[in-house]
Order: sequence, then structure tokens, then C-alpha cells
Amino acid sequence: MNVSLLRDLVPAVIGVLVRRGADFASAEDAVQEALIKALSTWPDDPPRDAKAWLVAVAWRKHLDEVRAEASRRGRELAVDALAPDGPALATDDTLRLYFLCAHPTLPPAAAVALTLRAVGGLTTRQIAAAYLVPEATMAQRISRAKKRLAGQPLDQPGDLGTVLRVLYLVFNEGYSGDVDLAAEAIRLARQLTTLTDEPEVAGLLALMLLQHARRASRTDPGGRLVPLAAQDRSRWDTTLIAEGVTILQTALARDRLGEYQAQAAIAALHADACSAEETDWVQIVEWYDELLTLTGSPVVRLNRAVALGEADGAQAGLAALAAVDPSVPRFTAVSAHLHERAGDLARAADLYAEASHAAPSLPERDHLTRQAARVRHHLRPRTPP
Amino acid sequence: MKYLLLKHYRGGPKPAHDYAPMDQWTPEEVDAHVQYMRDFAVRLQETGELVDERALSPEGAFIRSDGEGRPPVTDGPFVETKDLIAGWMVIDVESWDRAVELAGELSAAPGPGGRPIQEWLEVRPLLTMSLTDPE
Repeated sequence: MNVSLLRDLVPAVIGVLVRRGADFASAEDAVQEALIKALSTWPDDPPRDAKAWLVAVAWRKHLDEVRAEASRRGRELAVDALAPDGPALATDDTLRLYFLCAHPTLPPAAAVALTLRAVGGLTTRQIAAAYLVPEATMAQRISRAKKRLAGQPLDQPGDLGTVLRVLYLVFNEGYSGDVDLAAEAIRLARQLTTLTDEPEVAGLLALMLLQHARRASRTDPGGRLVPLAAQDRSRWDTTLIAEGVTILQTALARDRLGEYQAQAAIAALHADACSAEETDWVQIVEWYDELLTLTGSPVVRLNRAVALGEADGAQAGLAALAAVDPSVPRFTAVSAHLHERAGDLARAADLYAEASHAAPSLPERDHLTRQAARVRHHLRPRTPP
Repeated sequence: MKYLLLKHYRGGPKPAHDYAPMDQWTPEEVDAHVQYMRDFAVRLQETGELVDERALSPEGAFIRSDGEGRPPVTDGPFVETKDLIAGWMVIDVESWDRAVELAGELSAAPGPGGRPIQEWLEVRPLLTMSLTDPE
């Protein structure tokens, strides 16, 4: 059974049910049930026309639900069991599903879950496993999101910015359970580039591809985090890099710069360097300046201090760091790194230890503890026993 | 039977050994310790005894209600507390003896000089949710 084909069909099938008159929330539920049934029955008994099968099963589930609801309320059923399809505009349907699922009124975690289910065609169980929450909790999160969307029309363009943010959130969640969320985010961003030609969509896809290309080298065989400068660049995926760079260049040629294109440009400059020493830090700083103009984000300001430390020396980096809000995540880790580069090892070791206490993840915490240990060891070599 | 294994940053009975904080070990000692913990979890997964595990940040605070219409009271960060939990692991094992055996192994993670740190781990039975008749 081709699971990815099956999942590709999910948004289109939701679109068919909505055009037949189902509201989005129940259409989405019905298609989820059809999807679960397909996953269990198709391996033994594959249908000839996958989409028609899904539409038929989902529509039947929807009608069952409508009948059950009507009888609960003691009403006569007034549903045409064979409603004809409305005018087919399949690509628009899918694009609008992206907009609806990432609606600005939804909290990010809910938008992520709904997008993965309704656009990505994942089951609630898979999404729950990927986010390490009980399935019932995830089901509730999705159902509350849909309640909040009740009455939102499916036929209006939405906010592309929130759609891109949701996809990037999914991408950064990475990998746990049996679903590779990074790969999933790339699939959804790729699909989105076929639905709209906004350069920022291409920029996000390029950014994801360029970052994904480095994934294998980001940890060593023992599961330890490997920082960019120490990564084995022969393990970077050159096919993904080439694709990312091509997509980025096409987007940049449109001359409508946005934050994802600027971030992708920085990732491309890293990808372009055969060794950490050959990195074009001067150009990277220029891109950070662009990014800062576009976003004004304190996180960008922090990363710019790191780049400046490489381009103009550690003192320049520390001077730039002084203008960054110290409450920005990873501020202390960056400060430790710049102090080490500046030769202030005692301060660097203390800062690495302090940063390890504030680390948001276990690999990062272990890495920072190891950095503190390494710098301290350098300071006070132990006498052999 | 499920048991909760609690690891503490501080607290518990008097430590068997006094050892420096981890950032003062050598990088190799840090690696060996981290690897031991990881291998332990993998092995328990393979034996089908691992339920879940998480490490906790030392940051955070105590919070309590201060009555209706008032913002909650915050006490923290944990500078004063005698007891601070570092992480937990839930295991599902045949017996209390097996839980003790595993806690003993986990507590033997290597520290400075490769010597087992022999830290205290708190082992607590989880109450079940099911109402079964006593046999």
C-alpha cells in the first residue's frame, strides 16, 4: 500500500465532502475515520480507485454521524444521501485547508495538530506519539481547534505567514515516534509551493532542505550533539543542498525578500563552505543585518553576534552581544562561546555550566556540560593518578 | 508493577561519595556517564521494562494559589530547597526486587575517575487505577 499517496489524498477528500455540504469539522472527522479504515484494510484489499474509495467511505461515515446526531435531537433527517459534488477546484481546496488549519485565532500547538491531521493525513495516534502526549489529549486539542474554527468560511484566502510558521514549527520538532516530522514538514512545504508562488514559501522550503541536509552529521554515533563547526561535512546531503540552493536562487531572483529567504541564504552560505574555516562570515553578517531589518527579532540579534564574532573577532562579537536582551534563550551559551574565543577560559567555563542549567533539551544540556568540562580541563590539567 | 525512580539534584540520605559537579569532571568522564544512562534506558526498552523517562531542568519554582482574584504566589528559583528532583524514570517490572536491582544498576553510573557515583535513587510504587479484587 502506498501510504504517502493515501495521505496526499486526504485534503482533497475533505474538500469534496465540504463541497457536498458537510461542515469542515465533521468532514475532517469523517475523512480521518476513512483514513484509519484504509490503513487497516488496504494492505489486504486495495481499492482500484483510492480517492473514490476514500470519498465513498468518508461520505458514508459523515451521513452516519448526521443521522445519529439527528436522532439524538429527535429530528427528521433532511440530508440528501447522494449530494452531487460541487464545482471541483482541488488545488484551491487544499490551499484553503492550509489557511484554515493555521488560522491566526488558533494557538500554535492546535494549528500544528490540525494541519498534520487535515492537510498531512496523519492519524491522531501518530501525531500524539510524535508530540509525546496521550492520544486522548491530542484528540481533544484537535476537536477544540475545530470548534474554534466553526463558522470560518473555507473559501477565503488566509494568512500565509501563519501557515509558514506552523510548517516551520513542525519541521523543528524533528523526530520522535514513528513519524519523521521534519520530513513531513518538507512534504507539506513542497506541496504548498505547487499551490502558491509566493517567494517566501520557496524560501521556507529551501531553508528546510538546507537544514535537513545536515541532519545526519548533527549527532555522532553516541547520540552526542555536534556543533556546526565540528560537523563532518562529507556527511552533508549534497542532493538536498543542491535542490535547496536552486529553489532559493529562483526565489531571490523575484526580488521580494522575506525572513525565510534570508535565513535560507545564511544556511546556503554554510552549506557552500567545504570547511568551517572557509565559511564566508562577512556575507553571513550581511544577511543577518537584512534579517534584523525584516524581523527586529532578538534571536536574530543573538545569532548575528555569533557571526560577527567569527567575521570581526571575538571582541566584536562580545560588543554586539552587549546589545542583546540577556533573557533571550541561549544567550548564556553564546556568551560562553564568545568568551572562550576571546581567551577568557575561566569565565567561559562558568558560563557553559550556567548555560547547561538553562538548556531546553537533554542533548543540549549534555553538550554544554561537556563544553564546561572541556574548558575547565584545559584550565587545570589533572595530574595523572 | 510500575515503579517511579526519582533522581535528585540534591536531597535524600547522606551521599556515599562527595564528588564535584559534572561540569568539573573531564570531558571523557562526562561522556562515560551520559553513555551509561543512555545504554541503561535502551537495555530496559529491549527487556520491555521501560515505560518513560524524563530529565528535569533545575529551573522552575513553587507556585500556590493566593485566593480568588489574586495572582498566584511564586516561591523560587529553588535556591533554598533541600530537595530537588533531577529526573524520573517509570519502569514496569515483575517485582519490587527487580525494581531494586535496576535502581542499584542505575545508581552505579560512572563518575570522576570512572568510579560508580552510587547516588541515592528514590524508588516508589505507582498506585494502580484499576479496582481488582484481592486474590
